[in-house]
This record gives sequence, structure tokens and C-alpha cells, in this order.
Amino acid sequence: MTLEEIRSRLEAFVPGCHAEIVVNGSPSAQNSLLIDRRHGLQTAMYLRDHPELQLDFCSNVTAVDWPDREETETIKTRKIVDGVEKEVEETKKTTIPGYLEVVYHLFSIAKKEGPVVLRMHTANRTDDVTLQSLTPVWRSAEFQEREAFDLFGIVFEGHPDLRRILMWEGFTDHPMRKDYVPPPDDDLELLAVSKPGA
Amino acid sequence: MDQDLKTELSKHGIFATSFEELYNWGRKNSVWPLTFGLACCAIEMIATTMARYDLARFGAEVFRPSPRQADLMIVSGTVTKKMAPQVVRLYNQMPEPKYVIAMGACAISGGPFRDGYNVLKGIDRYIPVDVHIPGCPPRPEALIHAFMTLQDKISAQHLTGESRPRHLKQDLPSEFPVPEFGEHGLEPQQNDEVFRNPLKVLQG
Amino acid sequence: MTQALPPEAEQDEVMEISMGPQHPSTHGVFRMDVRLDGERVLRLKPVFGYLHRNHEKIAEAASYLAEIPYTDRLDYLCSMTNNWGYALAVEKLAGLTVPERAEYIRVIVSELTRLQNHAGMVGFLLQDMGASGTPLMYAFREREKVLDLFESLSGARMMCNYMRFGGVRVDCSAEWLGQAAKVVGGFGGFLDEFEQLLTGNEILMARTQGVGVLPRELAINAGVTGPGLRASGVNYDLRKVDRYGVYERFQFRVPLGEHGDVFDRYMMRVLEMRESVKILEQALRDIPSGPFIDPKARLRGLRPKVGEAYARIESPKGELGFYLISDGSPNPYRYRVRPPSLINLTVLEDMCLGQNIADVVVILGSIDIVMGEVDR
Repeated sequence: MTLEEIRSRLEAFVPGCHAEIVVNGSPSAQNSLLIDRRHGLQTAMYLRDHPELQLDFCSNVTAVDWPDREETETIKTRKIVDGVEKEVEETKKTTIPGYLEVVYHLFSIAKKEGPVVLRMHTANRTDDVTLQSLTPVWRSAEFQEREAFDLFGIVFEGHPDLRRILMWEGFTDHPMRKDYVPPPDDDLELLAVSKPGA
Repeated sequence: MDQDLKTELSKHGIFATSFEELYNWGRKNSVWPLTFGLACCAIEMIATTMARYDLARFGAEVFRPSPRQADLMIVSGTVTKKMAPQVVRLYNQMPEPKYVIAMGACAISGGPFRDGYNVLKGIDRYIPVDVHIPGCPPRPEALIHAFMTLQDKISAQHLTGESRPRHLKQDLPSEFPVPEFGEHGLEPQQNDEVFRNPLKVLQG
Repeated sequence: MTQALPPEAEQDEVMEISMGPQHPSTHGVFRMDVRLDGERVLRLKPVFGYLHRNHEKIAEAASYLAEIPYTDRLDYLCSMTNNWGYALAVEKLAGLTVPERAEYIRVIVSELTRLQNHAGMVGFLLQDMGASGTPLMYAFREREKVLDLFESLSGARMMCNYMRFGGVRVDCSAEWLGQAAKVVGGFGGFLDEFEQLLTGNEILMARTQGVGVLPRELAINAGVTGPGLRASGVNYDLRKVDRYGVYERFQFRVPLGEHGDVFDRYMMRVLEMRESVKILEQALRDIPSGPFIDPKARLRGLRPKVGEAYARIESPKGELGFYLISDGSPNPYRYRVRPPSLINLTVLEDMCLGQNIADVVVILGSIDIVMGEVDR
């Protein structure tokens, strides 16, 4: 089944689900399916159990951090400057809000096919970072979702044991985020070099 | 005693030595390492004990799993901040005289992973290190060379006088404080009594 | 997922012990929090992170070419296959092709890696069972021969840093191929000797048969790959399924197990070593002449187009995957390693429940993990 067929069947069979195809610019041509985060679990169960798909093997679960982006747009408008109407260039800055993303690579061992790439976004990077956990569907996501929680801060609802996996329990930062800053005194030698006049 | 006299006597079957030499000879030829492999260097350490490079010839026949029975800790591999308290704890549990070989670039200074948020930039931030072997990973011959350097260091130690080693001086500590897990890293970040901070060295 | 606790009267006899992170048989810095009733395991929680070296974060600051030596250090026993997985991902991302001779060289060094990894795994498994190092000595004797080949080809015993995007770093000479043929020729005899001493051994059979059974459906659902999956009877070998490289030109079988216990996983390794010897004989015989790297491939300053790619190979431990997201700059935006050892550990608890604590060591040894890959 092509990705377009999967998308239309999903939208037909899972009520309320909104799926769109994200085109991949690289020569690998691995396009992915972006699912809205409220229907992740139902989508996963459909993909795993449908007799024509049988995507029974979830190979890879990746989290990606997309920080807030600023886009500048220059538009030409006519304005009155010093009493004369002139064409002026105005720059407009818009902030595109960032989000955290989880990417699932699914394969079918029964039919020896794949990959089908599934994506889900959180609402934002700050307070609403919850997604549905797909561990009840594919147990291979268990440790990988814990790692996404540990290093990125995505909270997976429905995960049987969501706690930090690679860093220790009292650690408070999410180190793989793009805006993570390591503690200041960690590298004393660099401090010596960067201080002016040292 | 004069070396020529010793050689002359030994030709007649008389073996002359000092207590210090005998003591150090016994110690250096029976150093038992702790089974302490952290990462890739551990595989080269295992290869050193295998049939081709055979570390057992030098007296390191048995690698003891328990720190209470080991003399030498070969820190082979990257020490991460999560592992660092365990390393210091194991070092504290070893009885004196104890030695540390920092094997590989990661144990010396963090190595290729130095930029990592979870990587401790060298185990000498918390415990004293006797021999450093550079390499990534060092060849088994380099580990044997480090072992022989350690043996030379042991045989050069004096039993009396100011320059006697740490295990014979009552006032020097043999256990070092174990770092705690903080919210952003380890606390304290280094042990200033042990760590030869390059910043302080530069400032004089 | 835990077993039921014993009756109230005996509950104060339940012991919680922590095996590791410094332990003679945990294959690196791995810790297991085990709850025991006498010797029987009630619950087992693995704890990782003691070798978390921030590989993925460092990759975001390194260029694509500079990342290759870091991939060596993932599964540090099998640096050639790690390199190949990463090179494959970048080649998919940037649309590069690989000349035929380079593909053959890649197959040869990967199968040599598989030989020395599986020999080491069997050696370590027997060491954990208490064989005091003798099988390990035999395995490392053969491993040293393979490492000599790697050293003369790439310059390093373990961290080979050999693959490049579009081929390999240096060409192998006819002399080297002759040496490799000699090593491969002697490997059959080594395997015969090894099997004669081990496979029919009473102690090995008593300690491994029926221990640590992994059912087929759980293996698929938990994402177990590699010899562990095939020992449970699932015919899924990426060399046959994805047919990456030039594997479809070689005749080899995929051994399958029936019971999914430790003995089957041990036999998987032995049988796969024999199949690897077959592949190597064919590859060494058929290798063509030609360029060893695509002359148009750009290594330094490689800036793939914006996009992403996921590539996977059959490493000796299982499915090793690399997922790269490029934003057009010389560094990857997101670099992810799909570690087979970590995902194979998902079922450790299921396999160990109800078994004795001594079996936990054997089961862990049969999964064949390397902490550099688990923690990255």
C-alpha cells in the first residue's frame, strides 16, 4: 500500500483522525505520515492489526526538537515620509512556535515490508508536551520512549514505567534540547581561555 | 650496597639485598588488578590478558572482582558522571597500597567525548592516578608498558623517610569524598586536593 | 509483569540486590535491580546510563565525515559494521552510489567482524557460566588473527574508521586478500574444534536448554532483532530482507531456532559463523577490480539536501539503524542510532522471571549486549 492509500484508509477508519503526508526532500524518498496527537494510539493499533499492513515491528522511536523560528518578511508598502508618498520597505517578523516531535519507523516482519514512518507533534515546547504512548501497541517503544522523556522532556501518557533511563533520577535538565546549556564551571580549562586578559 | 659487590657475591651463591628491595620486589610482581572495564578500552585490557599478550607473566594473573582483594584499578574507558560516584566508592573500598592506571584518552581527560554533558573530564578529578596511558584504545603493548612503569614506580618507593608512599604515612587520606548527584551535574565538580587544576597552575 | 510475591509469612525473606555496575559478568557497566525469593527471580529492572557518552549530541556539532570515528565506538567490538550502517544512511540521505569493488570489500570486512564478534560472544557466555576463561582464550586467539587483518587494512585493531561515503577509505591489496583467505580457511577447523568441546558438553546443555525462553510473538512485538529473534523461529535477516550491499549475490542460509532458549541463541552464533565463512569464501573469490570509492563523492563539507533518511544493516547484534535529519548545513540536525542491544534488553525481565539468579547471568550473556551501544 502506498502512503497515500494508508492515509485515506486511516482517515476513513479512525474517526476524527487527521493525517497528512510530509514529503521528504532527500533522495531517500522516505515520506512520512503526520498524525494528530489525539489519535496516536488508535492509528497505531490500526496499522499493526490491519491484515494488509501488519506493521508488527516498531524499529525506531526518535524525538526531535524544533525550537521557535523567526521568519522575516520584507514587504513594500506606500507610506507618507516627510510629506511625500514613497515606497518603503517594511520588515515583518513572525515567530513560528516550536514543538517537539516523535518519529516512529514501522516495519512488517510478516510481510517483509517497510518502512512506514509515523510522526506526531506536541502542542509546544514549554507546558503542553504530552503525547500518547505507543508502548501498549509495540513493546519495543518502551525504552525508547523513556529515552525521549529523559533527554527531550516529552511526557508519554499510558507508558507503563515512565522515568529517566540514561541520566540519574535527580537530574532536572533535558540535555538533547537545542537550548540546553551545560553547567558553567564544568570545563575549567575553557574558562581560562575565554576570560579576557587571562 | 655496591652493585658490583652484589654481582660478585651472587656468583658465589650469596644473595644480598635490602629489606626495602625485597619488599618492593614482592609487591611489584604480584599486583592484582580489579575487574573494572568501563568501555572500549576494557576489550583491549581483556586482550592483554589473553594468550597473545599475556599480562599474567607480570604477576597480574588473577583479576579480582572484589575491590577488597585488589591492588590496582585500571580505569579503562570513559567515566561518566553517572558512574563517577561508583568509581570513587570502589577506590575507597580498595585496601592500601592501591594504585590507579588511567587507561585511554577518556579516563585521562574525557577523550573524544569531552564535550558531552554526562562525561567526566578525567578520573583524576576525584582520585589520584599513578600512570596515564594515552591511546584510543591503547594497544595491549601500551598497557603492558604502563604496567611495567607502575612496577618501576613501586620498586622506587622508599619505606622510610619523607618520600615514603601514601600507604605508610598515617596522616594522608586513603579514602576520598564521593561526589553526589546534583540537579545539573556532580557536586562537587572536582576534588581540589587531588585534581591538579590547570587554571590554578597557569595562575601560579 | 512481576511474579506474585510469596505468602505473607515469608515476605521478609524477599531480597533486593543490585547486580552491577561493577560485576564480573554484566558485560560492561550494566546494573540490574533484582528482587529475589531465595534464588528465584521475582522482578528485574535494568538500569542503564553508566556509559551514556552523549554520542547523539556530539554528532550535532560534528560534520558528517567527523562522525565516522565516533560510530566506531558505539558497539566497540564491531566497528566495521557500525561504520557501514552510518555510511549507508548518509548515502541514502545524499543520494550517493558505491562502486562494486567497494561493496565486496564492505561485505568481506563485515563478515570478518561477524566472525570475531560471535566467537567472542560464545567465549564470554562460557566465561559467565564458569568456564574460567579457556573458551575465551580460544575465541580471542582467532579474534587476534582477524584484528591483524583489520590492522593491516585500516591501521587500527578495533577503531577502524574505514568506511567512507561512497566506498571505503583505502583499497585492499591482493596480498591482503590472500591473507584473509588463509584466515578464513583456518576458521572452519577452529569451529570444528570449538564445537567438539562445547556443543555436546553436558554442563553447557544442562545450563542452557530450557532456560530463558523467548516466545515468538513477544520477540516480534518487543523489537528483538538479530540472532535472538531468529532463535525464536522468526525468519528475518536483513541481509536477505533488505538485500543491501551485494548480499543477494551470495549463497547462504539463515539458521532458525525452535525453542528460543539460551542454547538456541548459542547455536545461532555458531551456525552463523559457519554461514559467514561461506559468504567470505564466495566474496574473496569473486571480488572484481575497480575503484574503491565513488570518485565524485564529496567527503569534506558534505551538505546533503534538506530531508531525512533511515538506513539499517544486520550487525552481529541485530538491526543497527541510523536516522539522519539534514537541514542543509554541514552538521546533521538530528542524528539517531537505533541500538539493537538496548532494544533486545526489553525482554530481559520476561526471560528471567521465575528462573534462578544464576540463570540471569547466562540469559544476559546470550542476549549479547555491548554497553557502548546501549547507552551511546
